Amino acid sequence: MKNKNTLPVPVRPKHKRTKAQIRKDVTGYIFILPIVINLIVFHLYPLISSFYLSFTEYNIISPAKFIGWDNYKKMFLEDPIIWASLKVTFKYAIISVPLSLAVSLLVAVIMTYPSRMTNFYRVIFYIPSLIGGGVACATVWKMVWKIDGPVNMALQSMGLEPIRWMTDTKLALYNIILLGVWQFGGQMIIFLAALKNVPKELLEAAKVDGATPIKSFFKITLPIVTSAIFFNLINGIISALQQFNAAFLVTQGGPLNSTRLYGLYQYTQAFEYQHFGYASAMAWFLTVIIVAMTAVVFKSSSTWVYYQDEG
Amino acid sequence: MKLKRRITTIIFHIVMITLGFLMLYPLLWLIGSAFKPTHEIMSTASELIPRSPTLENFINGWKGFGRYTYATFFKNSFLIVIVRVIGTTLTSAMIAFGFARVRFTGSKYWFAAMIVTMCIPGFTLTIPIYLMYLKVGLVGTKIPVMLGGWFGSAYHVFLTMQFMRGIPREMDEAAVIDGCGWVQLFTRIITPLIKPILATVAIMTFMSGWGDYYSSLIYLNKTKDYPVAYALTLYASENDINYGPMLAMSLLSLIPIMTLFFLFQKQLIDGISFSGIKG
Repeated sequence: MKNKNTLPVPVRPKHKRTKAQIRKDVTGYIFILPIVINLIVFHLYPLISSFYLSFTEYNIISPAKFIGWDNYKKMFLEDPIIWASLKVTFKYAIISVPLSLAVSLLVAVIMTYPSRMTNFYRVIFYIPSLIGGGVACATVWKMVWKIDGPVNMALQSMGLEPIRWMTDTKLALYNIILLGVWQFGGQMIIFLAALKNVPKELLEAAKVDGATPIKSFFKITLPIVTSAIFFNLINGIISALQQFNAAFLVTQGGPLNSTRLYGLYQYTQAFEYQHFGYASAMAWFLTVIIVAMTAVVFKSSSTWVYYQDEG
Repeated sequence: MKLKRRITTIIFHIVMITLGFLMLYPLLWLIGSAFKPTHEIMSTASELIPRSPTLENFINGWKGFGRYTYATFFKNSFLIVIVRVIGTTLTSAMIAFGFARVRFTGSKYWFAAMIVTMCIPGFTLTIPIYLMYLKVGLVGTKIPVMLGGWFGSAYHVFLTMQFMRGIPREMDEAAVIDGCGWVQLFTRIITPLIKPILATVAIMTFMSGWGDYYSSLIYLNKTKDYPVAYALTLYASENDINYGPMLAMSLLSLIPIMTLFFLFQKQLIDGISFSGIKG
């Protein structure tokens, strides 16, 4: 009734309102039509379909055969590779997520040092994030760490033995972790934005009062950026558990399955072995893990995330 | 005090430059090696500057695979990415406008559903979507690869909506009073005002689309359809890896995104910062 005055002819306002609302509804749905299609055709249907597939045996050639819980049973009881890959994936996540957070935050804090070059450095540090996930970078990465590559050549010139960075089962995973951490630029930018919210006067005051830079970092800066840490942590966990690129492009899961990340293994099951049912079950298992972990982090967030606008 | 500050500044720059060099080392190594004669690439691997720079790798590399040169792959890349950019930008603006400006019944639920999709692990959807495209006979064509974004991308819609919030709503009311319909409000008034964020969306889409090899891996099976990002994987399947051409073409593949990044780094970085703060 608020805009009654603006209506030129306020005849039967009730009827008019509904008519206007209907027009609004139609308009609204026309504008969001793409996302409606997206949600139904590319999300809802696939979710249902994938859930169903996970209880079937399906290889495209013959129609899907319902086999009950067999895929899940096989997954938990008969497939040693899945557990190995899960272990590798967790190791990858447990090391790479905190390491990326720490590195990106540290570099972002260093970068708050006033300098005309800051923008330049920011651009430089972001470049690996821009190109790091692609084929070109994986190609170069493989060559840089090769047994006769430049890194080992540098070691040799210092009188050290060359290291089998990518063919040693103990080292290969760390190598692809490094490839992931190398792309810390995106997280760094989010931290840089968050660090702008740290009041300079507060840091100055602390300094005057004799607080060491380390102390004022932990007491002032860190609490203010906790919401950015939270954001990066959630994204980091979700993407680390699904990591595929590095394992697929750089190591192909080798040597001896030491880098066979879950994401790679489910891809292989689906698109190389055509085990679409089994791969769907794997996808659902990972989904459950991701949802559970995200929920835990969300739940814990109330104890350690500090929101400024709460006052 | 002044001296101390000076020393800190010098240390700061030394740390940043060293770290920056290490960060860029793979890229610098790629640039150097691409201009080295093939047989020198590994034997002089520790040197960044080629002893006798040559373009032979680019000339040989450009010839591509079988009957298809990199002209084909670059054409495919541009076609795929441009179609995606148009789709994503257009639908982001439309959907964001629908959600942020038109108060229609049920908008809250659709919006919530859209946000939830951002949390669904991709692979759960990959298999059924692939099977769906297979059923309609589109696997092996560029269509599934190009279509990404045409049905709205939740993240970009969200980004656009956040930006739209900054435009006062009185504007809409004024426009409606002037007899301007919703469509005109969208095309004539809102769209010009949200151009900056649409530019960011377009650039982000271009960059992620350019490097995307995954959808090609799943959907494409004919060399003639491959974009550059995926064509590069073909070297790995050759018996005798030809380092020179492989590195030269890898370098060439990075030029479009690097150029775009240097031109629009501000918009891009602002876009990322923005998503972090509001997210």
